[in-house]
Amino acid sequence: MEALAVAAKSFVVINAVLVAFAYILLFERKILGWMQYRKGPNRVGPWGLLQPIADAVKMFLKEDIIPKDADRLVFQLAPIVSLAVALTAFAFVPIGPGLAVVKDADAGMLALMAVLSLEVYGVALGGWASQSKYALMGALRSTAQLISYELAMGMTVLAVFIMAGSTRFDAIVASQEGLWNIVRMPLAFLLFFIAMLAETARTPFDLPESESELVAGYHTEYSGMRFGMFFMAEYVNLVTATALITLLFLGGWLGPAFLPGWVWFLLKQSLVIFLFIWIRATLPRFRYDRLMAFGWKVMLPLAALNLVVYATWAALA
Amino acid sequence: MIRMGLKDELQQEVAGQAQDRMTLSVGPHHPATHGVLRLVLELEGETIVKATPEHGFLHTGIEKTAEHLTWQQAITVLDRMDYLSPLSNNLGYSLAVEKLLGIEVPPKAVWTRVLLAELQRISSHLVYFGTGGVDVGAMTPIFLAFDIREMILDIFEEVAGSRLHQSYFRIGGLQQDLPANFNEIMRNFIKKFPERLEELKSLILENPIFIDRTKGIGKLSPEEAIAHGLTGPNLRASGVPYDVRKAFPYCDYDKFDFEVPVGQNGDCYDRMVVRMREIEESFKIVQQAFEGMPEGPFRCEDRKISLPPKAEVKQSMEALIHHFKLVSYGFDVPPGEVYQAVESARGEFAVYVVSMGTNKPWRVRVRPPSFYAVHALPAMLKNCQIADMVVVIAAADPVFGEVDR
Repeated sequence: MEALAVAAKSFVVINAVLVAFAYILLFERKILGWMQYRKGPNRVGPWGLLQPIADAVKMFLKEDIIPKDADRLVFQLAPIVSLAVALTAFAFVPIGPGLAVVKDADAGMLALMAVLSLEVYGVALGGWASQSKYALMGALRSTAQLISYELAMGMTVLAVFIMAGSTRFDAIVASQEGLWNIVRMPLAFLLFFIAMLAETARTPFDLPESESELVAGYHTEYSGMRFGMFFMAEYVNLVTATALITLLFLGGWLGPAFLPGWVWFLLKQSLVIFLFIWIRATLPRFRYDRLMAFGWKVMLPLAALNLVVYATWAALA
Repeated sequence: MIRMGLKDELQQEVAGQAQDRMTLSVGPHHPATHGVLRLVLELEGETIVKATPEHGFLHTGIEKTAEHLTWQQAITVLDRMDYLSPLSNNLGYSLAVEKLLGIEVPPKAVWTRVLLAELQRISSHLVYFGTGGVDVGAMTPIFLAFDIREMILDIFEEVAGSRLHQSYFRIGGLQQDLPANFNEIMRNFIKKFPERLEELKSLILENPIFIDRTKGIGKLSPEEAIAHGLTGPNLRASGVPYDVRKAFPYCDYDKFDFEVPVGQNGDCYDRMVVRMREIEESFKIVQQAFEGMPEGPFRCEDRKISLPPKAEVKQSMEALIHHFKLVSYGFDVPPGEVYQAVESARGEFAVYVVSMGTNKPWRVRVRPPSFYAVHALPAMLKNCQIADMVVVIAAADPVFGEVDR
């Protein structure tokens, strides 16, 4: 019975997330348009509200091309892995007290991180199976980038765990009652924010799909809905990442009682998404070697320092 | 010859594989090669060991086509070479033929030519910053740059009736007089432009990531730049203050007050800074040309070369004959050969014209500045990262319509 409930809940949440993906995309295009003196999508439906549907239809109607030399099975599997992992990771994210697919998971954040790091597989396999030099180089870059920034991310999260004394999301949010982590540990917020930009391959860390030098990076050879799945995975990851920033640093669903918790959560999350888009409109892309140097030589030491400081603080308090 | 080079390249690929090198063929349909350039890169990891450019994918036979058109008609095909600054193409060719004919162009036409050629330089450099931004991964500059360029294209549309390939400079002057609302649209442009440019500038040249991506990349020493035959902003970025407008003034350029911006390091950042400052200098010239615009006829009064006014054609038999002759046969140009260089947005754009005394050019040979920029790419790309390739190509600013002709 419980399994059935989880399945039903998953179905609802997956659909909700995919709709959210479509409208975050629209939101992003509208905001980018606004920042760039243009209108953004405005042809399909009022204010372009039906644009995501038109995009989805287009994706499905596109020819599905598999390169001649590609490893067919892996090539077809990679986008599925990507999207499945992204959706699984989201299952652990509570958007209100107890409002998650996997309810009140012990070590919820740890489980989420474990699943998130599987994201590399979709990227690496997709790039590898395409048998294209551009895709291969894109996949290598992405793999290296994701792994390096995951280390810094893990270190920062450890500091949050120490302050909360738990790895459960509800405990982490509860520990921010009165003082959000963004105020208590600003450096950790900054590091985590940057790590999340890199994890979701957003500008200025969008090297995995750097359009200019590697055509489109690891998904160069993908077309139609297979490309669409990579794309969806990326945006589901964006939802997860912004949700994590909200949960770990912005007090999650905490807020004055005149609005329900989940509304506060979504408001904060929208703000973070807006920040991500704003950054995308403003910044160019890092060069690959600078990105790696930044990850290992700046992010990781700072994250370690951050951890030591808060561990000492927690030990003394 | 280029093909032969590529065959060697293939042999090297086989040899290179033994040394763990990867050969990557970039283009001709790669999004970042600004047209149809093919680059064969030899990579060690992400470092470029060797780059070999191949071009010719956009060969359109423009020089040959021009030999089959009358002198005046050839302008419209020459327009299509450097499609980002067609007016410079028009200008070089018109000046060359006018030199052969030995005719004087009225001052209003000369000043209008300067004004529009400088506007064209600004619009071309704006495309440079827009597409350069996209190549570095910034998506907003292109919209800002194209938005400003839109104002300039609107001016062209008002003046010449066409936005991209104006064919507005004709042998003997201009195609038609300036429109009645010219003063109004120019004032509007002069008022709005500096502020809009400032916005674009802050987004590109003051952005730390942008500076990090371009500084010290694709360096060329002054000697190397000269040895590669570079001209224009690419040469000036290396610190050589050569500008055709100053060195061999044409079109009264010696009467205008402007500076020739020069870089120091010869890297991609300097190439961008030089172009940005050139936009500002061009804007100064535009203002001067607009304020000092002389009155008078817009093309030479010689009826054997420029068309008589339509009203006159309806009244006078002689004018009708001239009109018919000019439209059907054109005019003969005295035999001789002439070399005329102008400073286009990309450098020294020169036309070498040979006349056999007929109504068609015997040979029109063009010196496209981009050609030399493309062949300086291997020197610039040496030991760069693969991500720098995109930046280096963007900063060298080749236009392939011009390279392949």
